[in-house]
Amino acid sequence: MSNNILAIKNLTVSFDGFKALNNLNFTLETGELRVIIGPNGAGKTTFLDIITGKVKPTQGQVRFKGRNLRSFSEHQISRMGIGRKFQTPRVYLKLTPRENLELSCNRNKGVFSTFLGNPDPSERRTIAGLLETVGLTVKADIAAGLLSHGEKQRLEIGMLVAQSPDLLLVDEPVAGLTDEETENVGNLLLALAADHSIIVIEHDMEFVRQIARQVTVLHQGSVLCEGTMDEVQNDPKVIEVYLGQPEEQAA
Amino acid sequence: MDALLEAFFNGISIGAVLLLAALGLAIVFGLMGVINMAHGEFMMLGAYTTSVVQNTFKPLGEPLSGLYIFFALIAAFIVTALLGVVLERGVIRFLYGRPLETLLATWGVSLILQQFVRSISWVMVLNIGLFCFLFFGAQAILSRRPNFERIRGWFVIIMIPLSAAIALIVGNITGSIFQLAVTRPWFGAQNVNVAAPIWLRGRLPLGGYQLPYARLFIIVLTIVCVIGIYWFLNKSAWGLRIRSVTQNRSMSACLGIPTQTVDMLTFAIGSGLAGIAGCAVALLGPVGPNTGQNFIVDTFMVVVVGGVGKLVGSIVAAMTIGMANYIIGSYALKPIVGGIPALDNFFNFFSDPSMAKVLVFILIVTFLQFKPAGMFPQKGRTVDA
Amino acid sequence: MTTQTKELISPVTQPTKRKSYWLEVAIVVGLALIVLLIIPPVLNSMGLGFRVNMLGRFMALAIVALGIDLIWGYTGLLSLGHGIFFALGGYAFAMYLELQLPDDQIPAFFGLYGVTDLPWLWRPFYSLPFTLGAIVLVPSIVAAVLGYLVFRNRIRGVYFAILTQAALIVFFNFFNGQQQLINGTNGLKTDTARIFGEFVSSPQIQSLFYSLTAVFLVLGYVLCRWLTSGRFGRLLVAIRDDESRVRFSGYDPTGFKVMVFAVSAGLAGIAGALYTVQSGIVSPRTMDIAFSIEMVIWVAVGGRATLIGAILGALLVNFAKSFLSEQFPDIWLFFQGALFLVVVTVLPGGIVGWIREDAREQLRQLFRIRPQIATYPSLEEDLDIRHEQQHISHQESDG
Repeated sequence: MSNNILAIKNLTVSFDGFKALNNLNFTLETGELRVIIGPNGAGKTTFLDIITGKVKPTQGQVRFKGRNLRSFSEHQISRMGIGRKFQTPRVYLKLTPRENLELSCNRNKGVFSTFLGNPDPSERRTIAGLLETVGLTVKADIAAGLLSHGEKQRLEIGMLVAQSPDLLLVDEPVAGLTDEETENVGNLLLALAADHSIIVIEHDMEFVRQIARQVTVLHQGSVLCEGTMDEVQNDPKVIEVYLGQPEEQAA
Repeated sequence: MDALLEAFFNGISIGAVLLLAALGLAIVFGLMGVINMAHGEFMMLGAYTTSVVQNTFKPLGEPLSGLYIFFALIAAFIVTALLGVVLERGVIRFLYGRPLETLLATWGVSLILQQFVRSISWVMVLNIGLFCFLFFGAQAILSRRPNFERIRGWFVIIMIPLSAAIALIVGNITGSIFQLAVTRPWFGAQNVNVAAPIWLRGRLPLGGYQLPYARLFIIVLTIVCVIGIYWFLNKSAWGLRIRSVTQNRSMSACLGIPTQTVDMLTFAIGSGLAGIAGCAVALLGPVGPNTGQNFIVDTFMVVVVGGVGKLVGSIVAAMTIGMANYIIGSYALKPIVGGIPALDNFFNFFSDPSMAKVLVFILIVTFLQFKPAGMFPQKGRTVDA
Repeated sequence: MTTQTKELISPVTQPTKRKSYWLEVAIVVGLALIVLLIIPPVLNSMGLGFRVNMLGRFMALAIVALGIDLIWGYTGLLSLGHGIFFALGGYAFAMYLELQLPDDQIPAFFGLYGVTDLPWLWRPFYSLPFTLGAIVLVPSIVAAVLGYLVFRNRIRGVYFAILTQAALIVFFNFFNGQQQLINGTNGLKTDTARIFGEFVSSPQIQSLFYSLTAVFLVLGYVLCRWLTSGRFGRLLVAIRDDESRVRFSGYDPTGFKVMVFAVSAGLAGIAGALYTVQSGIVSPRTMDIAFSIEMVIWVAVGGRATLIGAILGALLVNFAKSFLSEQFPDIWLFFQGALFLVVVTVLPGGIVGWIREDAREQLRQLFRIRPQIATYPSLEEDLDIRHEQQHISHQESDG
C-alpha cells in the first residue's frame, strides 16, 4: 500500500447518465512509468481529469500518497505534487517561454508571496537549464504564441518538470510531432522516469513501444487489461477492441 | 386573500414583461454567446414603431383603429429584426468568440440608437441616405477596378470624409430652404405616448382584484411567443440547424449548413422578439429614448439566473425575479410577517421598487453561490472549463 | 492572422532593460513636473483657469483608468461597475468635508428630512485619518467581498461583467433611495465646505488638490508598473490567457483575481475622492451605467495592457468629450457610440498598441514602401545560423 503513489478504487464518473468511467480500479507504484492506451471515448482524458480534480468522481475514490483527493481543488492537488500536460499544448501564449517556466517553477504560490517575490538566482539557473533541456534557449524571450506546435509541446513538458511534481500526467505528448522530435520527447520522458512516477496517454504505437514498460488498456470506462507491451498486444480482447484484426496488424 | 391574489397577478405580469424582454436576449446569448447591450434599445425602437403604427391607424376611426396593435406587433418585429440583421452583418460577425468586445461594441450601438431616435428628422434621413448612396456607390464602381484591393486604404480615407461632407452640405442647404418642415425631429427627446386600444382598457375582475386587460394581453402575448419560439427551435428545420450550429459550428458547416445565414437568422429572431417586447412595454406607459436602459440589467439577471441554453430556465427565472421584485417592493408579505418587529423593519426598509432590486440582487448573488451556472445548467463534458 | 501575431507580441512580454527603465523614470518625472509646474501658470495667464481644473479632474479619471487597465487589460476581467468604487471614495471624502462645521451642527440637508441626530454611519468621518483610510479601504473591501463571491464560483467573462453592472444598479438605487442618510439624488456638495480654514472651492485649495491628483497619478502609475512588471503581473496575464491552466500549475486564481480587483477598486476610490473635491459634488449619478462603461472605453482607446495607454486614453477621450459636448451637444453620443465600435473592431490595441505594432507597417503599405523583414532571433544572434556559418567556413578552410 505504502508503495502505491496512486490508488483508484471502484471509480465511476457519469455525465447525465452516461458513464465516462465505470467501476475502474487502478494502482501505480512509486517511480513507475505507465502508458495508458484505449480507443476514442474509452475515458482516458476523463481519467486524468479525475486525478487532477477537474472532475469529481460520482462514486469511488482516488488516493494520492494515501490521501483521498475528493475534497481538494485543482490547485491544491497540483501543489501536492501532481503535474499535468494537456492534450493540445496549453502554454500562456502572451508570455515568453522563460516567463512560462518561471510561473511553474515558483515555489510559493500564495497571493502575497507572488506579489513581492521575484525569481531568485537558483531559480533562474534552474530555468536556464530547463530552457536548454527543451531546446528553447534562443527563443526564450519571444511570446510563446509564436512558437511552433512542437516547441509548445516541449515548452509544456518543461513547465511540467519545472513544477517538480512527484506524479506526471502526460496526455498525448507526441501528437503532431516529427519522428525526430518524438524520439527526443521519448528520451526526455525516460530520463524523467528515473526519479518521477509518470502516466502517459498515447495513441502513437511506435512511441508507446519506445517508452513503455507497463501498459494499461482502457475500454468503455474500465480497465480492459494490464501488462507489458507484448502481453497487451497479444491479448485477444485488446486486439478485438483496439488494435484491429491480427491480419491487419500483420499487414 | 385579495392582497395575495393581487401580488400573484402583478408578479406574474411583471415577470411576463421581463420574460418577453429577456427571451430574445437569452436566445442570442444561449445560441451565439453574444451579449447584445443594444437589446434594450431594440425594445425602445419596437415601442416607437408601435407609436408610429398607432398614429397611422388613427384616421381610420374606432373600432378599426383599435386593431392597430396587431399590425404594430408585426411591424415592430420586422423593423427590429431587420436592424438586428444589419447589426449582425455589420459589426457582430467580426467579433465572434470575443464576447467582451461584442458587449462593448453593442453598447456603442445602443448609444447611437438612443441619440438617433432623439434627433432623427427628414434632414438626417437625407444625410444618411446620401452618404450611403455616395460611399457605397463609389465602392461599387471602384471595386470593379482590378487594383481595388491595393487602393482600398486610400479609398476609405478619401471617400468617407468626402461623402460625409457632401451629405452634410446638401442636408444643411435643404434644411435652410425648407426650415422646420424638414429639420424638426420626428420624436425629439420627450417621451412618446402609446394609448392602449379601447378594447384593452378595461379590467377583468378576479374576486376583489381587477386585472387590467393590457396586462392580460401581455401575459397571453408572452405565452404565444414562448410557444412559438419553442416550436421554432425544436420542431422546424431552421431550428434544427440553429441548434446544430450551437453545438458544433465547424461540423455543421461541413455538413452544408449555411452557418452565416443561421447566425443572421438567430440574431434577427432575437432582435425581433425585442421589438415585440417593446410593443408590449409601450402599452404599459410612456416610452422615451432611455426606456431600453431600464430593462438591460433585469433581463440580464434573468439570463444569469436561468442558465444558458434552455428556455425553461428563462421562464422560471423571469417569473421568480418578477414575483420577488413585486412582493418585496410592495411588501405584500405584511399580513404574514408584519407581526414580528424585526422582520417588519427589515421588509419595510426594502419596500419600494428600487430598494427591492437591492434585496433581489443580494438574493441572486446568494443563489449563485449554490448554483453558479444558473437553475438549469448545461451538463456534460465541456471542452474547456 | 496578422491581428493574432500582433496581439502575441504584447509589450508585457518584453524584458525590461536597465536603460529603458531609467528613460522611463526620466519621462515620468519630466511629465509630472510639466503638469505640476508649467501647465497651471501658463493656462492661468491665458485666462483658461477652468481648463486647469478640467485637467485635474481628468487626471483623477486617469487614475480610475489605471485600475481598469489592471483588471481588464492585464487580467481580462471586464468590470462595468467601477462607478461604485469611484462613488464610494467620493462619498467618503465628501462626508468628511460636510462635517467640517462648528460644534453641534449637522450638515444642512438633514434638516430637509427632519433628521436631527447625526446618523451613526457619519460619526467616524469626523476623523481625517479614518476618512483617508476609508477612501481606499471601503471600495477595496466592497470589491474584495463581491469579487470573492463571484470568482469563488468560477463565474467569469460576460457573467462577471453583467454581475458588476447589476451591482452598480443596486448601489445606485441604494444611494438614490437613502435621502435621510446621504441626501439621495441630490448628493453631497463639497464646494461650500471648509478645509484648512479655506473654502474647498477657493483657488488655493483647488490648486492643492490639482497637485495632489498629479502626484497620485504618478504614484498610481508606479504602483501598477511595479505590479505588472513582476511575477504578479505575469500571473495576471497568465490568468487572462488560460485560467484553468493556472490552476493546474498550482495557483489559485481566485485569490489573485480578488486581490487585483480590490487594488483596482482602491485606485478608483482615490480617484473618486480627488474628482469629487475638484468638481464640487458627488451624487448617485457617478454610478450611471454609462459612466462606468465609459471608463472601459478610455482604456480601450489608449490601449489595454499598456499603462501609459490607459492614462492617455482617459485624458484624450475626456477632453474630446468636453470639447464636443460644448460645441455640438447632439453629436457627442453619436461620437461616443462610434468610438466604441471603431476601437473594438478596427483598433483593438488602442492608440498605443497601434503605434507600437501596426503604425509603421500600415503607413508603409499606404505609401507602398517595401516592408522591412525581421527575424527572431535576429540572423546575427541565431545560434543555428552561426553554427551553420562556422560549418561553412570550416569546409572552405578545409577545402
